[in-house]
Amino acid sequence: MADSPPRVERPLSPHLQIYRPLFTMMMSIVHRITGVGLYFGTILLVWWLLATATSRGAYDTFMWVAGSPIGLLVLFGFTWALLHHALGGIRHFMWDFIYGFGPKERVLLAKATLAGSVVLTVLLWIVGLALKG
Amino acid sequence: MSSSGHTPMRTPLGRVRGLGSAHSGTEHFFLQRVTALANLLLMIAFVGIVICLAGSTYEHARSVIGNPLVAVVLLLTLLSVSIHMRLGMQVVIEDYVHTEGTKVLLIIANTFFTTAIALAGAFAIIKISVGG
Repeated sequence: MADSPPRVERPLSPHLQIYRPLFTMMMSIVHRITGVGLYFGTILLVWWLLATATSRGAYDTFMWVAGSPIGLLVLFGFTWALLHHALGGIRHFMWDFIYGFGPKERVLLAKATLAGSVVLTVLLWIVGLALKG
Repeated sequence: MSSSGHTPMRTPLGRVRGLGSAHSGTEHFFLQRVTALANLLLMIAFVGIVICLAGSTYEHARSVIGNPLVAVVLLLTLLSVSIHMRLGMQVVIEDYVHTEGTKVLLIIANTFFTTAIALAGAFAIIKISVGG
């Protein structure tokens, strides 16, 4: 590879900024963003497990952080990201079985994903807070 | 993905043409879907466990996580989620990072991170269950 030929400058296909934003496209981007968010969110999950395994003090520290306003906000966002990504995943399964590609279907599925994720998140928190209180 | 003695999963067309750089795209796709399905099933139990433990005392949290059924569900969740997120982040890196060296380093870091998450979580669960 010592004398590899100089790199040829080929024309590039247009990237994201040239397209008019579409609802389904935004939902696809959100699916990826929630995936990345959940990726780093697993640090919180492991913190919780390790703290519980370590000592009462470590557990209390985690619970104090998780119960603080910012902690609750992060956990609420984590819940929404999880549900949005899960529902988006179900949408991908439908596509895998060649269903839901029609112009109306795909917008309907995208709307159902967004609405479903918000409704389920609020429902889960109502259930969680009711059981706790 | 392909180690010695392991034949990567390939489509018949892909096998005939022999094109592509990694020869593991189909396997990547399939494993992503298999873990997605596992995640969906495990997530139902996981959400229930977390709601049950929200705001709980130290003793209660340890006794619930120490329950064999709960511990196994949490271990399976960690296994499936860590494989799924390793595959997902690999695609994100490959899509956006085009400098070869940085890309390879990030993909290695991705493997380190997801393995550490899985093992640290698993160790904690097992310690709570059997370590006292």
